[in-house]
Amino acid sequence: MALIDIKPHEIRKRMIDDIRRALQKPIQDRRWVMVIDQEKCVGCTACTTSCVAENHLPPGVVYRPVVEEEHGNYPNVRKSFLPRPCMQCDDPPCVKVCPAHATWKRMDGIIEINYKRCIGCRYCISACPYSARTFDMGYFYTDNTPEIMQYEREPNFEYGKAWPRKDRESSPVGNARKCTYCIHKVEKGMLPACVSTCIGDATYFGDANDPKSLIAELLASPRARKLREEEGTEPATTYLV
Amino acid sequence: MKRFIKSIVWLLAVIGFGVGIYGMYLRFTTGHRLADYGSYIPWGLWVAFYIYFIGLSAGSFLLSTLVYVARIERLEKIGKLALFTAFGCLVAALLSIWMDLGHMFRVGNVLLHMNLNSMMSWMGILYSSYFAIILVELWFALRVDLIETAQTGNSGSAAFAKFLSFGSTDTSKEAKARDHARLRVLGTIGVPLAIAFHGGVGALFGVVQARPHWNSGLMPIAFLIGALASGGALLTAVVYIWGPDKNKQQLNEIMKFLGKIVLALILFDFLLEIAEFLVGLYSLAPAERLPLEAILHGPYWYVFWIVHFLIGVVVPVIILFARAVPKGQPDKYVGGSIAFACLLVAVTFIAVRFNIVIPAQINPEIPGLEYAFGGPGLKFTYLPSIMEWLVAAWVTCFGVLLFLVGEKILPIVKDDNREVA
Ligand code: SF4
Ligand code: SF4
Repeated sequence: MALIDIKPHEIRKRMIDDIRRALQKPIQDRRWVMVIDQEKCVGCTACTTSCVAENHLPPGVVYRPVVEEEHGNYPNVRKSFLPRPCMQCDDPPCVKVCPAHATWKRMDGIIEINYKRCIGCRYCISACPYSARTFDMGYFYTDNTPEIMQYEREPNFEYGKAWPRKDRESSPVGNARKCTYCIHKVEKGMLPACVSTCIGDATYFGDANDPKSLIAELLASPRARKLREEEGTEPATTYLV
Repeated sequence: MKRFIKSIVWLLAVIGFGVGIYGMYLRFTTGHRLADYGSYIPWGLWVAFYIYFIGLSAGSFLLSTLVYVARIERLEKIGKLALFTAFGCLVAALLSIWMDLGHMFRVGNVLLHMNLNSMMSWMGILYSSYFAIILVELWFALRVDLIETAQTGNSGSAAFAKFLSFGSTDTSKEAKARDHARLRVLGTIGVPLAIAFHGGVGALFGVVQARPHWNSGLMPIAFLIGALASGGALLTAVVYIWGPDKNKQQLNEIMKFLGKIVLALILFDFLLEIAEFLVGLYSLAPAERLPLEAILHGPYWYVFWIVHFLIGVVVPVIILFARAVPKGQPDKYVGGSIAFACLLVAVTFIAVRFNIVIPAQINPEIPGLEYAFGGPGLKFTYLPSIMEWLVAAWVTCFGVLLFLVGEKILPIVKDDNREVA
């Protein structure tokens, strides 16, 4: 079912235009939102992989797993797929519990973690109802090989700062980590990595405060649902079911 | 007999400390990579040890206030012992949670960038105050004894006592009365503080809405009662071995009195537990049921049934009913058997703490998450690793040794109250 009247090859162009328009506004007027169309998701995990590549995630750290759900009994079986980034909750329990103000809600709705301040207590991990946070324990993919490869040490650019993986102690090792909506890319006018790699055009991104944006149109869909709405966390990430 | 038990405790503590050093070495060289907790079960053994010790500390501290605030005369001689036990446990608790942090040397951020919405920030505030209160209270409780030891004791301990008395020399009646008044004030501040911080640890778990097994108003209360039961039990065992025992009659009375308190507390704590289990098991929601079912008949069922229920409740309750409750002339084994029962309660209480921390985390918040992406720490099962056990052993033995050494060199229980046995 075509949800809105847009040709597939125009989707990305329009989302990028939306982002660039939003960036003209002061930060407090933006509200970044991700919409995931479960009807279009084929469960290929390209988004998971591109996220690992973009953010140089080490073993054990994942921002956007794709959870498979099975429905029905043989021979009537179907699968659906639930990519699960951080929900960027409007009322985030992770922020409420952090003892060091190391994680907080930015004016554009993104929940940021200050890796330099986080003490690694993992209270936020316990408190997130979506298991969206993982603990960086300091692994490398090339552990137990003759050499830790340089590409694993290259910095990621989460929250617009460079975070090289110097050793097994310095941040972001020892910290809680989670999806940032690739805000470092977005603020340069680009799409989040998961959105630009999605082979099924199942993930959308944009500024919900801009009524002309594609995302605002999608949010008005009767298929729009939030994950575990009963938690009262008011997620920004929205699913079309 | 007591001398034998003491040597055993010394021996175990020294061995545990020594072997534990290897765990500490691993903890500091490999960080968290040898631990079995991770991202989906973020809190493990050290958190359980932390709430265990903090409960022991709060419990024995609250009992010390029976001496300094409520002035219960027959307990007078064990006030200092209770305070010092609370101190040892507090140190072990703080060390344990410190080991658990991803960035240990940033722990100051809890106070520097305090978030008053976070129960953990409150813990930072309350522990610092409690630590200070306990030290000051200990000093006032020991002041006169320190001065006396400085004058009469042998050269080494006399010099140490002199140093610790910080130049205070006044042992007049008025000065003692002043000390008592101060202790009363400090103890009085300490009571709400101890209730707040231990209830607060309960709330730290209780407020986590994402984990229905924790998310209950009963949590802070259950923590407090558990603290009193386990801390009281520990103190009772400690009193028997290290306490004043010259006056046998008096010691037996103290033991019976404490034994009865502990008995009532275990039973009350068990009642709370039953309430929690029955209500939880009635629920159909997996997040409520699953943790309880795991406790009762999961792979680690024996932690609940054998360690906690059998050794930690049934056996001690029977012993305490038989030995602490009956009136009349106690025989000479009364003290020993009460102490034994209480030791069982105190030691096995770690099982209760373990079953609070771990099972609540085993229910995937999003079903199927563990199959979506693999890697270290991305699983919903947990069994503490050797490294975790070794660190826990080191921390425990550090606390025990602190107590043993302190008890030797400080006038916690004065020699004229003690028989060498
Ligand atoms: S999904 Fe979890 S980590 Fe993300 S904002 Fe919400 S509570 Fe925080
Ligand atoms: S792990 Fe870091 S971000 Fe999370 S609650 Fe602890 S200090 Fe805050």
